[in-house]
Amino acid sequence: MHRLIPLLSALSLSGPALAAEIWVTNEKDDTISVIDIGTLEVVRTIPTGERPRGITFSKDHSRVYICASDSDTVQVMDPETGEILHDLPSGEDPEQFVLHPNDRHLYIANEDDAVTTVVDTETRKVIAQINVGIEPEGMAVSPDGKIAITTSETTNMAHWIDTETRELFANTLVDARPRHAEFTAGGSELWVSSEIGGTITVFDTATQTEKGKIEFEVKGVHPDRVQPVGFEFTTDEKTAFVALGPSNHVAVVNAETLEVEDYILVGRRVWHMAFSPDKSLLFTTNGVSGDVTVIDVAKREAIKSIKVGRFPWGAALRP
Amino acid sequence: MHRLGLFIAGLALTAQAAFADLNVPVVYLRQEVDRPPTLSNLDPIPDDLGEMGARLGLADNMTTGSFLGQTYELDTISVPVGGDLLEAARSALAQSPFLILDAPASDQTRIADLPEAQSALLFNASSADNALRDKDCRANLLHTLPSYQMRSDALMQFARTKRWDALTLIAGSRPDDMAFADALRNSAAKFGMKIAAEKTWAFDADMRRNAAQEVPLFTQDLGKYDLMLIADEAQDFGRYIAYNTWYPRPVAGSEGLVPTAWAPVVEQWGAAQLQSRFQDLANRAMRPRDYAAWAAMRSIGEAVTRTTSADPATLRAFMLSDGFELAGFKGRPLSYRNWNGQLRQPIPLVTPRALVAQAPLEGYLHQRTELDTLGLDAPESACAAFR
Repeated sequence: MHRLIPLLSALSLSGPALAAEIWVTNEKDDTISVIDIGTLEVVRTIPTGERPRGITFSKDHSRVYICASDSDTVQVMDPETGEILHDLPSGEDPEQFVLHPNDRHLYIANEDDAVTTVVDTETRKVIAQINVGIEPEGMAVSPDGKIAITTSETTNMAHWIDTETRELFANTLVDARPRHAEFTAGGSELWVSSEIGGTITVFDTATQTEKGKIEFEVKGVHPDRVQPVGFEFTTDEKTAFVALGPSNHVAVVNAETLEVEDYILVGRRVWHMAFSPDKSLLFTTNGVSGDVTVIDVAKREAIKSIKVGRFPWGAALRP
Repeated sequence: MHRLGLFIAGLALTAQAAFADLNVPVVYLRQEVDRPPTLSNLDPIPDDLGEMGARLGLADNMTTGSFLGQTYELDTISVPVGGDLLEAARSALAQSPFLILDAPASDQTRIADLPEAQSALLFNASSADNALRDKDCRANLLHTLPSYQMRSDALMQFARTKRWDALTLIAGSRPDDMAFADALRNSAAKFGMKIAAEKTWAFDADMRRNAAQEVPLFTQDLGKYDLMLIADEAQDFGRYIAYNTWYPRPVAGSEGLVPTAWAPVVEQWGAAQLQSRFQDLANRAMRPRDYAAWAAMRSIGEAVTRTTSADPATLRAFMLSDGFELAGFKGRPLSYRNWNGQLRQPIPLVTPRALVAQAPLEGYLHQRTELDTLGLDAPESACAAFR
């Protein structure tokens, strides 16, 4: 309890944060668990299509997009009511996606199909399909919207897509089983995590060349089990939090020196994560233990675990 | 087709000049064998067993290769029973230095010893024979199928964890059954357990009709035990043992809880994607030998991608180095043991409906990697060809 008090007072300072929510997709429950950031409790459970994984909100947060992988569709939901407004044609087995800064085009990784599908969320039409490597998964788009990235888990590449022509302009090898990609440093760097390789590769966006690699070492855990998946950056982009899968830890990485500063013990097989609005709290989805760990970002400590559905996978903030 | 157009246009724009165009031909060489008759014909063995795994590996390699200017080919040569395997091997080696072998252990060493094979790289994707990884090993022969010893060690780790220390064994009398039974005995000793009683299965009666009468009597004198082991690699009689034993205990080995390279119930670690790709290609579930052939093909692909070479010596050196990591959908990177060429891999322990556990189990430690608690370790191996 003593930990909760400073936390709550910190939250009350941030005002509207009290109403903010973290939305978590439960891959094997076909539901979303909605966590109230004020109370750190699940306040709603919303049914979805089959095997929900990727989740993201529209810019104004009036709609939420959900990859319902086994329903072969992207669902569009009204977050107020939890009602499915309509489905988007997504291509087969959509796993993960990213919304272009234009708030209109969704870039979707079709895991079973070796394709990236681009969907116009307004016309609800597929506007392009781009052949990529086997088992596309990680998706990112540069802040200026000019580059989209798909990582392919079995081909072990980051595929660089020109969003104007919707064609590949580079394919760069990374270590085995790339899972997640994010642009950082104003878009000048691309980070790609490799689950089986156990690394994050940092690329220079301008030249698409490797400029660094992050390796992890968790005490008492064999390197084979240290498997980076999702990661997120703090507001100043100086620190990254990296989910390390079955090692059950989140790494805290100095984004400038690429050195790991800390490891935080969380739930079992940690996948993805989302921040609270002021980025003071971080919520990680722990697939095997079926819960979400809440991390105090300043203290780099786990402060609570919250039971959600079976196999929580994706996480998104609704401010 | 419309996708292909886009795709080729996309490639033309990509700057891939750094990668030389490479073509990598591979031959899947099968020695057909007479399969022993089995009591049940519920589970026929597919004619394309193994080969379809190599085909899927080819498709995976081709996709990666398309971004790097690398292409792959796969030919299958199938030698009938009594046919001239060595002649077929020579003509395969004239086509390609990379062979995936689907043949009994003794045939594999004959192929590996051919003068034409000395600079080739061969993959054993079909034989679990321990000796092939031990005194009969060959420097040009890598093994993607786990050995009997890896499977039996996996099962014994599980039994030990459960404290099922009192074991009993029923083994068939065919060479494969005896080889697996030997491995089970070795593993029991390795993990400090004992097989207290053993019997050899030698029934002529039709167990489909009278297992309920015969098996209780057959197992009555085995006494008390925690776990009954079955060595029945052709899946002849084993299926009739469970639930019919005199003393009611679980069954494991070739039936019941089965340690295996691969099974349809493996779905974690992205395996569901591999399973569905295989199902789409082959119209059936992926079996252990399919997985082994897939892993052989993917090992070639991974090594070609990372070295941008199609030279067998270069690829072999890379595969046996610390730099090689194959993502094999078993939760951790797979690599080759540099003392006998065996692909290190976790071993799922499965029932027909679920993955029960995956070895190495927690608590079995090793100074190098826990994966080396499964199968022959360097100090035990009599393999000299890799030194």
